[in-house]
Amino acid sequence: MAKKVLIVGGGLAGTIVANGLCRQLREEISSGSVAITMIGATDKHMYQPGLLYVPFGKMREADLFRDQRKVLDRRVPYIVDPAKNIDVEKNVVTTESGKTFSYDYLVIATGSRIRPDNIPGMTEGGHWFYDLEGARKMRDALAAFEGGKIVVNVNAPHKCPVAPLEITFMLREYLRDKGVLDKSEITYTYPVGRLHALEPVAHWTVPEFEKYGIKSETFFNTKEVDPKAKTITSEEGVTLPYDLLVTIPPHSGQQVITDSDLGAGGWVPTVKNTLLKEGSDNVFIVGDTTNIPISKAGSTAHFEADTIVDNLSSLLKEERWARDYDGKVFCFVETGMSTGTYVWFNYTTPPNPGPPSQMIHWFKLAYNRLYWLSARGLL
Amino acid sequence: MSERTKIDARGAFCPGPLMELIAALKLVEIGDEIEVLSTDKGSAKDIPEWVAKVRHEMVSSNEENGVWSIVVRKAK
Repeated sequence: MAKKVLIVGGGLAGTIVANGLCRQLREEISSGSVAITMIGATDKHMYQPGLLYVPFGKMREADLFRDQRKVLDRRVPYIVDPAKNIDVEKNVVTTESGKTFSYDYLVIATGSRIRPDNIPGMTEGGHWFYDLEGARKMRDALAAFEGGKIVVNVNAPHKCPVAPLEITFMLREYLRDKGVLDKSEITYTYPVGRLHALEPVAHWTVPEFEKYGIKSETFFNTKEVDPKAKTITSEEGVTLPYDLLVTIPPHSGQQVITDSDLGAGGWVPTVKNTLLKEGSDNVFIVGDTTNIPISKAGSTAHFEADTIVDNLSSLLKEERWARDYDGKVFCFVETGMSTGTYVWFNYTTPPNPGPPSQMIHWFKLAYNRLYWLSARGLL
Repeated sequence: MSERTKIDARGAFCPGPLMELIAALKLVEIGDEIEVLSTDKGSAKDIPEWVAKVRHEMVSSNEENGVWSIVVRKAK
């Protein structure tokens, strides 16, 4: 009887796990001793980091999407039928249509979602680029913008920790190129007492903001937005007026996680080195879904997924553990429309970003295409 | 009865102990406590500073062998 691996979630993390397992377990899958199945919410796979470019017309929407079945190894049946309940005691997942899937090993890769609805007035008053609809609206708002006060507002928790800085620098250049920068003022707000969670990035940002005249307000956690008065107010008691509010809304995990009582906020308690659900030896958690205090980023998902592929294939082949996850994260940082830098760190090595260069910007643009090789497990 | 949640943010460079605390406070009830473990000595300063700004309550802050244990109670 085949050992069944069930992957819930068809984003980057789940897809890398599925494709990686297919490569490492070729013989087992061919002989029928291992079967891998994936359940997802949509038949399209989206390159989420590409959304950053959509408001500026720098990436075509069509380039954001691929057919998930084409990204996924053909040996993995892909079922578009979102999970409704995950029962880790009975080892069964039930979908919205009522189908049930049993498993020997489960990989939960359901990801995160933006929750502007968690802050009064944010949905009505804010613009964002963290989903396609929001990015389109922001593109239209920017096209109509003729100068005024822009607030770039960052909320916790959020994924892609450098995206708020990237959008700020890109926004400034967009306004400059449009000829309305001298009539505009950008104020960047951040939840903690510096400009970025990563201390070296925060230090690097201070002179960059000074150079470009970007204002900032730290210790700013959004309490409410007043779309009529066009103001945003923090829990710390500061109110800022805006003509255009660009927000990175707070995130949560998926509803199925909370509905299945797997973790508050949709984040599953996860052992940070093994990526196993706390108290479990057959449920792996990967990507944004974990509660590990680490960046929710594509690279995190990628490096975690690689670790799970090695461990799961080793467990299935030899009943042995292969290696632990070391907390590796790597992020490109766009510092404008034509320069970039990068930062990497793990559980024991602090980050140390280098000076921005055009070369790194081009690397990031190249990665925007290479992503599809990454999802296929080839990079 | 109030509950205490523990966040093990030792060695967490990003988003870091304070951001983890801010996110976690959104998920607990008023009166509940959160204990943050941090190896970042800056936490001993920036967590109490933020807690005072938003008027939550500091319960305790202790350091042992380079690990800070900071307990905060959600007050509103």
